[in-house]
This record gives sequence, structure tokens and C-alpha cells, in this order.
Amino acid sequence: MFGAVIRMESVTKRYPDGTVAVDRLSLEIPDRSITVLVGPSGCGKTTTLRMINRMVEPSEGRILLDGVDIRRQPVNALRRSMGYVIQNAGLFPHRTVVDNIATVPRLLGWSRRRARARAAELMERVGLDASLGRRYPYQLSGGQQQRVGVARALAADPPVLLMDEPFSAVDPVVRKGLQDELLRIQDELGKTIVFVTHDIDEAVRLGTRVAVLRAGGRLAQCAPPAELLAAPADAFVEDFLGADRGIRRLSFLPSGGLPLQKSPVVTVDCTAEQIAARAAPGLPYLLVTDRDGRPLGWGEPEALLAGPPDPARLLPHGRPFEYGSDSLRAALDGAVLSPTGWAVAVDGTGRVLGVVSQQTIGEAVRSAHAGSRTAAGSWDRVAG
Amino acid sequence: MNGFFDIPSDLQHSWFGLIGLHLREALLPVLAGLVAALPLAQLCVRFRWLYPPVLSLTTVLYAVPSLAFFVVLIDYTGQSELTVMIPLAVYSLVVLVPAVVDGVRSVPPETLAAATAMGFGPVRRYVQVQLPIAVPAIIAGLRVATVSSISLVSVGMLIGNQGALGNLLHAATVYHRPELAVNSVVTTAALAVLADGALVLLRLLLTPWMPRGARRRTPRAARPDATAPAPKEAGR
Ligand SMILES: Nc1ncnc2c1ncn2[C@@H]1O[C@H](COP(=O)(O)OP(=O)(O)O)[C@@H](O)[C@H]1O
Ligand SMILES: [Mg+2]
Repeated sequence: MFGAVIRMESVTKRYPDGTVAVDRLSLEIPDRSITVLVGPSGCGKTTTLRMINRMVEPSEGRILLDGVDIRRQPVNALRRSMGYVIQNAGLFPHRTVVDNIATVPRLLGWSRRRARARAAELMERVGLDASLGRRYPYQLSGGQQQRVGVARALAADPPVLLMDEPFSAVDPVVRKGLQDELLRIQDELGKTIVFVTHDIDEAVRLGTRVAVLRAGGRLAQCAPPAELLAAPADAFVEDFLGADRGIRRLSFLPSGGLPLQKSPVVTVDCTAEQIAARAAPGLPYLLVTDRDGRPLGWGEPEALLAGPPDPARLLPHGRPFEYGSDSLRAALDGAVLSPTGWAVAVDGTGRVLGVVSQQTIGEAVRSAHAGSRTAAGSWDRVAG
Repeated sequence: MNGFFDIPSDLQHSWFGLIGLHLREALLPVLAGLVAALPLAQLCVRFRWLYPPVLSLTTVLYAVPSLAFFVVLIDYTGQSELTVMIPLAVYSLVVLVPAVVDGVRSVPPETLAAATAMGFGPVRRYVQVQLPIAVPAIIAGLRVATVSSISLVSVGMLIGNQGALGNLLHAATVYHRPELAVNSVVTTAALAVLADGALVLLRLLLTPWMPRGARRRTPRAARPDATAPAPKEAGR
């Protein structure tokens, strides 16, 4: 089952104590996409999410699921059609991993056998070893618990997935793994995902579209991440995006258009003539690769002429970027970290395609920005 | 000790008979108390304002001497086992209600939210999520209630030999046979210890999901990403 369109029409939530958590929020959440709600703590993200599965009832306005008011169907049936993932996973401590995942199928009346088979299938999907199935939640790490949480939410193949800061409590390395996994699962399943976070980096990384909320539950801007970074609607959004918005934007610009220089690259076993012929203007170094074309490091031509280079004495080449699939951000990062100021471009197998200077990358950024002023938000997202 | 197990015939029971009777008079009230405490505690959790008055009421009832209960009850239930068991059931509430309430409240809020979000109705959620997680706390309460009930049954001897093993105390004075008093005390104590042990065993059987002992620390420490706080451990 694929996703469903969620439409919030001027939804307001006023809690009994008078707090207005969400204020006339109108939002169209398209299917087969990840819509991220982001904003400072207390701005009404959780309230918004919980209105979608009716754990919180709106004070005003209405919410439509595929054009039908969500109040038109029984509340528990609605909830079983929406997976829900929260911080710390909220697993049932008294049930094994398999039984946790099988919860909603069991509620829907599936046989125990079928529900367990489904659970095993989902463990594989979220990258959990089958041997963990018989464990209890306390026997899992935080990251594993969160994977079980995602598997449990997906168990009955709901069209909608609601996620409330699901990865906030795990450390950055595990979080990155979980984010990659979510993007991969979404590629396969094409759900309607509403993802809440207070972390703008996470929002930009995961979101097909990002809705920035401000305190008091008002929508500040809703746009694809590249457009958000390129053209924040106001000072609040700009401030929330942080000081390095310009750098982050580069994540959305492809490196594929960069002009590469192929000449300052030599293999370890090259001849003196080749070395002499290959110096590039403004680059006192040559990139040395092994016989397969994988980068070893930078060396001065005079030193290289003196004899076969000792790989340990070459200058480090920094992290190479994958030409075409990595973004300009990765390319610039490589150039900034390289002692020579030049970044190394490699192909998918790690072989050197060429090198590119900071200056060339800077020019590519400038021309991309100039183009974006006329067509903001038209970039496709680029991995990395 | 001569005649240790030689029970006077007016008690109308063998030693084993007295033990059976004693266990019945002690355990049935605890069971009844638990059956009453479960819904009562759920109400107290749902309507928070209800808990303090309920707690005060159980405490006041606990303070009423059993003799006073007997005086009132004897008009309705006569010199029967029931007259002994009703006050015991009422007494057990003073531990069981808070035990169930604490247990149910120990369920992590995100677990509850997850259950609601998955479409558990309130009753199903109570029975399938809150109660199982409250088991350790409930059994801790049951242990106190059971042991105290086993010792309290003896007062039943005051209303016509309804005190099971406690009746031996009375017989010891009447027949000048102190060994019967020793029998009563030792057997009662042994029953209490055994019942307590049975409850501990029951808890181990019902909660394979609880971290225990060495297992609790070693695997957690070995994990690089064990940063998420562990779920609250109920009743430990
Ligand atoms: N049950 C409630 N009763 C009263 N106020 C609440 C309740 N839940 C949340 N709030 C308030 O509503 C606002 C938004 O809360 P929430 O949606 O949890 O924000 P977020 O998830 O963005 O941090 C906050 O000011 C919070 O204090
Ligand atoms: Mg929140």
C-alpha cells in the first residue's frame, strides 16, 4: 500500500489551560514523500503530529486523509492505519522484539503465525539480525530499539508514518545510520511520512519538504530543503537555519559539472618525462596514484624526479569526493581539507578522475547561485 | 517433642487439615483484595483526585481492630470463616491499592503513548500493557499482603475456633500443652516463608523481560550506542 495525502485546513489547537499550541495551520502533506516539521522546542510539532492520528483533537479546523475527514472513521481503525515512531522507541518492555513488531497485525486480527512471519520480514527490512527476535527490549542498544520501533510502525503496512523526534536520543553515528536506513526504506515503500525534529540538519537531510514552525504553532515556511536554504522567507527562518546556511546549501548542488584537471596526476611508476610534462599552472604539486589509479598523496615534482616516491612522505590528499554523486559541499570540503587546496575527484570505484581547485569550485558555486535566483528550488537533491 | 502433631480432637482437623484451612483463610482474602484493587487502582490512575481519599480510606480501615470487625460482622455472617476473611481482605487493600497504582504509573510514558497510537483502547491497554508491566510492583505488594494475612488468620480463634493454626494457641493453654503453641508459631512462620518464596518464583516466571543481576550491567556497558535511557524498571 502506498501513501495517502494529508491535508490540514486551518487547524488550531488550544489546550484547556489556554495554551495555543498550533495556530491556524494549513499544510498539504503529499504522498510518497517525507514532510519534516521542524522548529524550536515547544512550537507545537508534537501537537500537530498527534492531531493527525487523533491523540489530540483540534479545537478548530479539520484534517483530511485522501480527501476524507479523519473524524469519519473509528479512531482505533485510523490509528492502526498510521505507524507511529517516537523518541526512545516506546517499545513494550514485556514483549520480545518479534512480538513488539507483531503488535498491530495482531490487533488487526492476523493469526499469530502470520504476524510473526511478517515481523521477521520487517526485521530484515530495517537491518536487524533475525537472532535478535527473541530478545527483550532491555537487551538491545538504543539504536537497535529505534529500529524495532520503525519495524513495529511499518508492520501492518500503513500508508502513513508519523515520526516524533525518533532519532533524537541516539548518538550521531547511530543517528546517521538510522537516517540512511529511513531514506532507503522510503525509496522502497513510498509512504507518506510526517517527521518531527528540532534538528535543522536532520530536517534538511531527510525532508522532501520542510515545514518550519515558529513558537505559537504558526507556519513560517514550507519548502523543499534546497529552496529553504536558498531563500528563507524571513529573519526567523534564516536565523533558525543557522550561520552556515550557505555551506549547507552546497549539499544540494551536484559536483558533476565541475571542470576537472587531469594533467597533474601521475602514477607511482611514471617516467621522468611524464612528471616534467604534467605540472599545472598554480599547482606546485602532483597527485600520485597507485597503479590502479587510487590516490596516494601529493608530491613535489623535484622530489618525484629524484626517484620513486615513498608513499609515507607524500602530503595527504584529504577525502576524495565522488564525481557526480557527491555534492559541491563534499568537493569544497575536500579542497579545504587538502594541504594543497585542491580536491581529488574519484569515480564510484575510488579511481582518480582528476583534481579541482578551491577557486574552480568557488566559481561553480557562484554560477549555480546565479542560476538559482531565477529557478529557486528546481534542483534535484544530491546525496551527501 | 512428644505429641507435637497430636492435634486435640475438638479442633476437628488433622495438622495437614489445619494447614489447608489456614492457607484458604489467608489467601482467599488476598485474592479478593487483588480483584478489588485492580479496577480501583485503575480508577485512581485515571482520576488522580481519587487516589488520596482512597488511600486514606484504606488506611483508616486498616486501623480498625479485627475484633471490631468481628463484632459487626458476626450478626451477618456468624461464627464462620467468612467473618475472618472479610476483614483480612479489607486489610490487604492498604498495600495492594498503592502497589497496583505505583506499578501502573511506572509504565514509561512513551510506551503508553505508543500503545495509544497503535490503536489500543483503554481496557485493552490496561490489561495488555499496563498490568503486565506493573507485575513486579503488584507482586511486591502481594508478598507483604500474603505474609501479613497468614499471620493475621490466627485471630480467628477468638470467634469460635476459626483461626486455623491459631486455634492451637488456644488449645495449648486449655490442655496445658505448650508444644501445640510452638507448633502453631513454627508452622505459621514456615507457611509465610513458603508462600513468599512461591511469589518470588511467580515473579521470576512472569517477568523474563526484566533485567536482572549481572546481566543488567555487563551487556549495556559493552554497547557503544546505549545512550538511550533504559526503560524505567518497575518496582525495583
Ligand atoms: N496537554 C497539554 N496541556 C497544556 N499545554 C500543552 C499540552 N501539551 C503541550 N502543551 C503546550 O503546547 C505547546 C506545544 O507543545 P508541543 O506540541 O509538545 O511542542 P513541541 O513538540 O514542538 O516541543 C507547548 O507550549 C506546551 O507546553
Ligand atoms: Mg515534541
